[in-house]
Amino acid sequence: MFSTRDRKPLDQRTDSHFGQVDDLAYLKYRHRLNFYDEPPLFDVTLEEFETWAIDRLRILAEIESSAARNRTLEELKSVTTAQCNKYLPLNSNSAIGIDRDSERKKDHVSHFVLRLAFCRSEELRARFVKAETTLFRIRYELDDTQERETFLSTRDFGWKAVDEEEREKYSKELRNASSTTKEVPGERYYKVHWTKVPDLIEKRRVFLKEGYAYVPSREQSSIVFQAFQNHLNAALQMTARALPRLEEDTRVLPILNHLSQGFLSGVPSEYADPNFEANGEEITAEMVDDLSRKHFPMCMRNLHDNLRKDHHLKHYGRLQYGLFLKVLGLSINEALVFWRQSFGASITEDKFNKEYRYNIRHSYGLEGKRANYPAKSCQRILTNDQPGPQDSHGCPYRHFSVDNLQAALLSTYGSQGFTSADMPEILHAVNGGHYHVACTRVFEITHGIPKGQGMGDGESVTHPNRYAARSRELWKEKHAPKDDQMIVD
Amino acid sequence: MQPEFESTSPELMLAFYRRLYPFKSLFQWLNQGQAPSKLFSNREFAFTLPGDVYLRYHSFDTMDDLKKQIVKLNPSRFEIGAIYSAKPRDKKTVRPTAFVPQQRELVFDIDMTDYDSVRTCCSGKGICKRCWGFISSAVIVLDTALRDQFGFKHLLWVYSGRRGIHCWVSDQEAMTLTDEQRKAIMGWLEVVKGGKEMHKKVNVRMPASRSLHPALEGAVGRVSGVFSELVLEDQECFQHEDGWRTLLELIPDKAVQSTLREQWEEDPERSSSKKWEDCRRQLKKVEQSGGKQAALLRAALEDVILQYLYPRLDAEVSKHRNHLLKAPFCVHPGTGRICVPVDPQHVKEFNPETVPTLGQLLEELNDPTLIEGEHHSDWQKTSLRPYVEMFDQYINKLMSEARANNKVSRAGPKLEF
Repeated sequence: MFSTRDRKPLDQRTDSHFGQVDDLAYLKYRHRLNFYDEPPLFDVTLEEFETWAIDRLRILAEIESSAARNRTLEELKSVTTAQCNKYLPLNSNSAIGIDRDSERKKDHVSHFVLRLAFCRSEELRARFVKAETTLFRIRYELDDTQERETFLSTRDFGWKAVDEEEREKYSKELRNASSTTKEVPGERYYKVHWTKVPDLIEKRRVFLKEGYAYVPSREQSSIVFQAFQNHLNAALQMTARALPRLEEDTRVLPILNHLSQGFLSGVPSEYADPNFEANGEEITAEMVDDLSRKHFPMCMRNLHDNLRKDHHLKHYGRLQYGLFLKVLGLSINEALVFWRQSFGASITEDKFNKEYRYNIRHSYGLEGKRANYPAKSCQRILTNDQPGPQDSHGCPYRHFSVDNLQAALLSTYGSQGFTSADMPEILHAVNGGHYHVACTRVFEITHGIPKGQGMGDGESVTHPNRYAARSRELWKEKHAPKDDQMIVD
Repeated sequence: MQPEFESTSPELMLAFYRRLYPFKSLFQWLNQGQAPSKLFSNREFAFTLPGDVYLRYHSFDTMDDLKKQIVKLNPSRFEIGAIYSAKPRDKKTVRPTAFVPQQRELVFDIDMTDYDSVRTCCSGKGICKRCWGFISSAVIVLDTALRDQFGFKHLLWVYSGRRGIHCWVSDQEAMTLTDEQRKAIMGWLEVVKGGKEMHKKVNVRMPASRSLHPALEGAVGRVSGVFSELVLEDQECFQHEDGWRTLLELIPDKAVQSTLREQWEEDPERSSSKKWEDCRRQLKKVEQSGGKQAALLRAALEDVILQYLYPRLDAEVSKHRNHLLKAPFCVHPGTGRICVPVDPQHVKEFNPETVPTLGQLLEELNDPTLIEGEHHSDWQKTSLRPYVEMFDQYINKLMSEARANNKVSRAGPKLEF
């Protein structure tokens, strides 16, 4: 797909337009909308390859999560447009002051990169097609009418205008098949094979005769969206078949895997805008102390207490704790405040700005390659970046010696109901290498949950953020106003 | 009621498969041509053996292989599924992604049980010439819809052997429909919805205009004659209290509803036709008084016709390509009747009670146990003959079109690269 052998510069293809009297002739991409028929046959740097794809992924993830949150179409449109403006702006031809070509190039390339990442399984393909079709639809509906017409005229959608005579002949049928009462004067109709508009057929919203649907012009977009969807579906199948050849490229494959993993895990928040608070609740720097005492798992309690004690954490500790706080809901600004205050007088303002600010912003996806890193799961904490002698990150159940673990558990959770009587059970799990079992049991004990129920419905701890989120939920349930009357008032 | 327990002993079934079953026709129908193609070799067959043993994912390269296996297994019936991207019998050895349904006739299943709430002559498993009327009007509506609206040409209607009918659409375009497109067709065709507890099962009006979609308007026109004949005269659907109370629930106008209720409570055994006339008369009255309710009431009466006579389809059968459906010319194990093709033009005259049965056919063969030598076409000597001939005529048309299509696609531009 990106082979250099048969590269055909876009410039060459557009050369022919120079002869025409056309003020848009200098644009390589002549339309804002794109059906993505042709793969990008030009050089793209590896960085562009990844960052552009991530930017597009943010938008697709937002579209997916909108569906999960039951947003209305209007809400979806405004949210997506806002995201698009931020990460993947795409201006119409009339925006003369803007480099429309580079916007469109980014749109073009990022679409094709994600195709590579999402063509591998039936499930990924279906989700990708759905999200992309929605994105196309939103752009289509917000597009300039004139430009949209021009764009549509460049493609053959297989529709045929219904002539006057035929419209007369079926006027009653056409009227009764439409969903509105009023006859739209001068309404034009297009004849397409019914398989091109299954959505209109399913809802019985068109007149159907001998296999052809008579689509009123206001429903014309259905044909376009369906065509987009079918086209993309077919293209993804093709890409999937061609993919094995790409697997030889060791630079690209990890990036693609990473992209599809993020999407597949169904956690768009991993890629979502860090400034956008997913839990619906903003956390401030001042709240962290209190939250840590009430809700944090052992690993984060340990990091927090060490930070408070030493006014410092080593690199991996900052990373593990910082990402956890980010996902918990600490915004970038609050994070900068939190770390600055935590370090206190031990370092100068200058040193903080030089050495730490960049790293914090980096972990929020605001510097460097701008990857929005997910918080580390238990799996990663247990297996990656093993703590060295000075480090306080890692998993206490695994990385603490038995006596230190006992002391830490009692001092940390003693006030929440953890007693030495509980200890043998925890140590048994730890000795067996079942660290998550130990952590889950501690959660049960400290939250007054009967043994075996875990964080609810038997869920074990697999992610520190899940631990904290569940703990906060339980706390809220417990501390919700007991008197129903109060709420009604 | 007809005798329910025709003998379908394994010996008789075996003789039937050996001597009477029209395998050659079945092959040509599925294969849409003489030379064995993927349409046949990648086609799933499933067998039901006595004792509720169900075997799926069988496939055969030739008609002879199929016959051999059927004679060997002697199934009580067998079903036909989709054409897959690989041979179904290799299912376990190919990657799951390489085994997906690709083509399949578009199929419909109409079952009399769905009409139990409206028919009065039989119930459950029973069916007679009288309640066949519901099936035949369903066939008329569906057949017209598929031909006129969707433009399909090759529709095979097959009696299911007891109380239903199947339809197989073999047009090339129908064969290649995706599941999504099949679902769209069902959305278009489904009209009678809502559960047992829902009085009004037809809600198809455009919200604003209350007008009826042209496709449904056509359907109402096609069955309104049958309505008075079948629902009013024959079935007397509104004569008994249950029946007319159901009808009252469908009248949207409270005043009209209570007038009718009073009238019918006084004269409960008033015939269905008279009661329907009462409704029409009330409608006229409202119309003359210029009441706003007139359009609503008129629409409601049309909806009654749809609720009683519009095809009630088993949607799941049609929506998915991998669904199985009983093969034509199987023997229904309960009735012993053969699943024969039905001519939609003459569906009204079709009488399920006179369909040839297994026992009858073997008797016609004089010596049913004679199984020496090959007997491919013994059906010619029996009353199965007209049905097989009808099937063959249908297949000939299908094959000649398939030939024409093949020529076009061979002459057309090659897209492979």
